[in-house]
Amino acid sequence: MAAVFAPFLTPHDPTAMDLANTLSGPTAAHPLGTDNLGRDTWSRLLFGARSDLGIAALAVVFPFVLGTIVGALCGYFGGWCDTLIMRIADVVSAFPFFVLVITLVFVFGNGPMSIFLAISLVSWVSYARIVRAETLVVRGRDFIQSCETGGLGKARIVVRHVLPNTITQAVVFAMSDVVSNIGVIVTLSYFGLGIVPPTPDWGQMISDGQQFLASGNYALVLIPSAAVILASLSLTFLGDGIANALRAKR
Amino acid sequence: MTRFLVRRLGLLALVVWGVVTATFALVHATPGDPARATLGDKAPESAVQALRAEWGLDQPLGVQYWHFLTDLVSGNLGTSFQYRSPITALLAERLPTTLLLMLMAVTFAVVISLPLATWVAVRGRGGSDIGVRIFGAVAQGTPTFLIGTLLVIVFGLKLHWFPVGGYGRTTAEHLHSLVLPAMTVALGIVPMLVNSLRASLTDALQSDFVAFGHSKGLKPATVLAAYAIRNGSISGVTILGIQAGVLAGGALVVEKVFAIPGMGSLMLAGILGRDFPVVQATTLVFAGIVVVVYLITDLSYALLDPRARLT
Repeated sequence: MAAVFAPFLTPHDPTAMDLANTLSGPTAAHPLGTDNLGRDTWSRLLFGARSDLGIAALAVVFPFVLGTIVGALCGYFGGWCDTLIMRIADVVSAFPFFVLVITLVFVFGNGPMSIFLAISLVSWVSYARIVRAETLVVRGRDFIQSCETGGLGKARIVVRHVLPNTITQAVVFAMSDVVSNIGVIVTLSYFGLGIVPPTPDWGQMISDGQQFLASGNYALVLIPSAAVILASLSLTFLGDGIANALRAKR
Repeated sequence: MTRFLVRRLGLLALVVWGVVTATFALVHATPGDPARATLGDKAPESAVQALRAEWGLDQPLGVQYWHFLTDLVSGNLGTSFQYRSPITALLAERLPTTLLLMLMAVTFAVVISLPLATWVAVRGRGGSDIGVRIFGAVAQGTPTFLIGTLLVIVFGLKLHWFPVGGYGRTTAEHLHSLVLPAMTVALGIVPMLVNSLRASLTDALQSDFVAFGHSKGLKPATVLAAYAIRNGSISGVTILGIQAGVLAGGALVVEKVFAIPGMGSLMLAGILGRDFPVVQATTLVFAGIVVVVYLITDLSYALLDPRARLT
């Protein structure tokens, strides 16, 4: 919520520098202090939330849609197409997730668009596997059999009858996927491979703050770290809540 | 068993070929000219052309792919642009470090998870269960590099128990400097491991063979160790295998955070320096580690549980 309304909640421009007032502790004007370039930590935190959480949420959409469709089609129709796609999925998951994402970002270049592409190309596999497994179960059930004997079109059966019964698991997984995406995006930016400065981002804030650890200034690392952990935790609990609600509905 | 092995190995060969081809395709789809990137914008066009010819970049893609495959089979992974030395030599130096890090991480993960899972499974629902769940959610939601950074602040900068980075010279120094990195990677897989172990231990505790052990008059501790934990921890082996990718990715990240000269830091240096052969080779080796671990998991599972061989 705070991230959406960031422009109204922040007293300072997140990229405005105040070189006379660097590395300050909390004051009335800067509630969480300033960094080495005199930028307001609170403003950077909220605007960072916008970029990190925004991409994390967006990067779930494409894999979710693609993975669900591919999974449902593979599971329902089977055959050589199913075999081919599942072998591709095997190859994708033979790469450690991080290694593949970093290599992809290397290929596409830095920036939000390539993070988005890299995550999409890797994580559709999980959705496809989940939905395919569910579809295999549903396909054998009586109501699908009766649709088939009733002469309904294949497309109609998949969209109207198979998908609604299999998509729950994918939705639940999507929630935890957002959390893992936040981790990926923050890590990439921490390595200098993600969001490009001067756009504020939590990973960069932590990486920038690290040079001041030795001199005993922990705040510049701990504040964005706490933000990452809190954001992940609240999304995890939200995801658990949604999962429980969906289970109850069933 | 033979049929099972043949099928597994066939599938493995297919996946390995896919991995090799995908890596080649990825690296060669990269925009920009590596020769130009290496020599800089001011280099004359003729020098760039000469370098392209030296690296074989001027040949058709099919020919490059063929050379890549034949080189790979003969154990030649190319030459690093940055280090100007054969990549196999670089890997020989760095791969053992990464493998040692992963091994230590697995050991820590098991040493933390097994007692924790046993404790929660025996105690059932209650305070300990909630505590472990919250710990799991925090550990799962915290990116690896952040766990590492926080451990550095507490155990490196505050308590001075372990070095904040580097790898040391002697074996004892190596082990000492790998404690925090390995702990960081371990914490990434502990939540998953605890969850699955707890579930299977709870099942085992309610099973007939545990009741049988109790009715035989064995001490509760003996029943727990010899019956419940032995049967309940098979699922842990599978989970550890599935987590191989997470382990390898974690190693990549912590090597950067703790400045450890392993394969992960080699890969990141390759990426930042646009050193294509290094990126290609390290990606391949990381995937290779995962594929081998998957195979070992599959085989050990078949050995532990004969029913698995049927499918």
